[in-house]
Amino acid sequence: MAFEMVALAFLGALAFVVVFFLLAYNSLVGKRMQIDNAWSQIDVQLKKRYDLVPNLIETVKGYAKHEKSVFENVTKARAAVMGAAGVAEKAKAENALSKTLKSILAVAENYPQLRASENFKMLQEELSGIENKIAYARQFYNDSVMSYNTSIQTVPTNIVAGIFGFAPREFFKTEGAERENVKVSF
Amino acid sequence: MVAMANFFDSAAENRRNSYLLMLAVFIIAFAALYGFSLIFFGNSVLGLALGIVLSAIYVAVAYYASSSIVLSLCGAREAGKGEFPYLVNVVEGLSLAAGVPTPKIYIVDDPAPNAFAVGTSADKSSVAFTTGLLSSLSRAELEGVAAHEISHIKNLDSRMATLAVVMVGFVAILSEIGLRSMFWGGRGGSTRGRGGGLFALVGLLIIVLAPFAAQLVRLALSRQREYLADATGAQLTRYPEGLASALEKIGKLGSKVQRASDATAPLYFASPISGLQLLSTHPPIEERVKRLRSM
Repeated sequence: MAFEMVALAFLGALAFVVVFFLLAYNSLVGKRMQIDNAWSQIDVQLKKRYDLVPNLIETVKGYAKHEKSVFENVTKARAAVMGAAGVAEKAKAENALSKTLKSILAVAENYPQLRASENFKMLQEELSGIENKIAYARQFYNDSVMSYNTSIQTVPTNIVAGIFGFAPREFFKTEGAERENVKVSF
Repeated sequence: MVAMANFFDSAAENRRNSYLLMLAVFIIAFAALYGFSLIFFGNSVLGLALGIVLSAIYVAVAYYASSSIVLSLCGAREAGKGEFPYLVNVVEGLSLAAGVPTPKIYIVDDPAPNAFAVGTSADKSSVAFTTGLLSSLSRAELEGVAAHEISHIKNLDSRMATLAVVMVGFVAILSEIGLRSMFWGGRGGSTRGRGGGLFALVGLLIIVLAPFAAQLVRLALSRQREYLADATGAQLTRYPEGLASALEKIGKLGSKVQRASDATAPLYFASPISGLQLLSTHPPIEERVKRLRSM
């Protein structure tokens, strides 16, 4: 009788552990998928900006032919983005492109005719829209990485993560002041 | 991370509650139909069949058509292409931040600033903004309001609210349409015989039941979810002040929307009808602003 009780308790505990492993494993896979999805959302926006750059250069060139070095920098930065692999490198190339794009807009400030052109205004609105979306997509990506990294490092999911080799993911870092997350409590 | 956990908790809760709601509505509709056919036809087999079939149809139609029913009740039209490019940008950006598919954008032609979100799932949702909101808010404020609505979509508040409004508020909606047609239709026409009498009886029943139904909708939807959507919205924009100042502006301008009714009121961003605060579907604006500013 006593033996049966022990066997039953053992089986119960085993079932509990198995169910826990399944749930933890599925939740980790779900979180990892969310990161990949978030990453592809960033990529979509980056691609849009990438496609917008030649248009922008052509438009600015029409009014400001002499600013050769600015155009060259943008073109170079744009090419670098295409060559970048991995999260950290891509983030760095992206930041460089953002900076050179800012410089092109700063140059435009000196050409009133350019600023007044409808085409330029439209490109500017489109660019700021895309930059905003990049920022939001990055935010969602980083939130997802944060949630995933927290799970694989905290007890008890870290055991499952260790066994099945869930590696921590990299954040998409930006240079300069990032908007701080607000503290929310209930 | 606290709010992150809350997102998923409240989404799970809303999912469960909306299934419970559908089940409850099915059972009540079935009981009513069964009783009705037992009394009028004295036939329990017919009642059983009628009850099951009609209740199932009612719940299914309410589920699949709920979004379009609510949108047309509120007088919303789909935003035309290129009509509000910055609004599209704002909504697309915040959907990216929340990790939900971009909802469809609707416009309500009304000078009062207000907004609402409907949809039975995150990938089939819509957000509606009044023209008054678009013309009176700055971009940061508009982002705050849009983030609040997208939070409702993400944590499935909008699903629960849409279903509650259509399924339970159905009676209130009917009485509203009835009252409206009474005002417009006037007194003309003659009363017909027994059929007219039965019709009038049903009409009277609906009008008597309507306030209870509207109250039930309110009970089903807690006011707490507005605070939660404010908080998660602020977490999406990382800028609580935008939403806080939008709320202040809306409080000053007044959020009373013409096409809103007792039944659809709980959906809106700020209370679209006037009434007692005690019975209100929305927490007071000052309290919401205070909580946002203390984040």
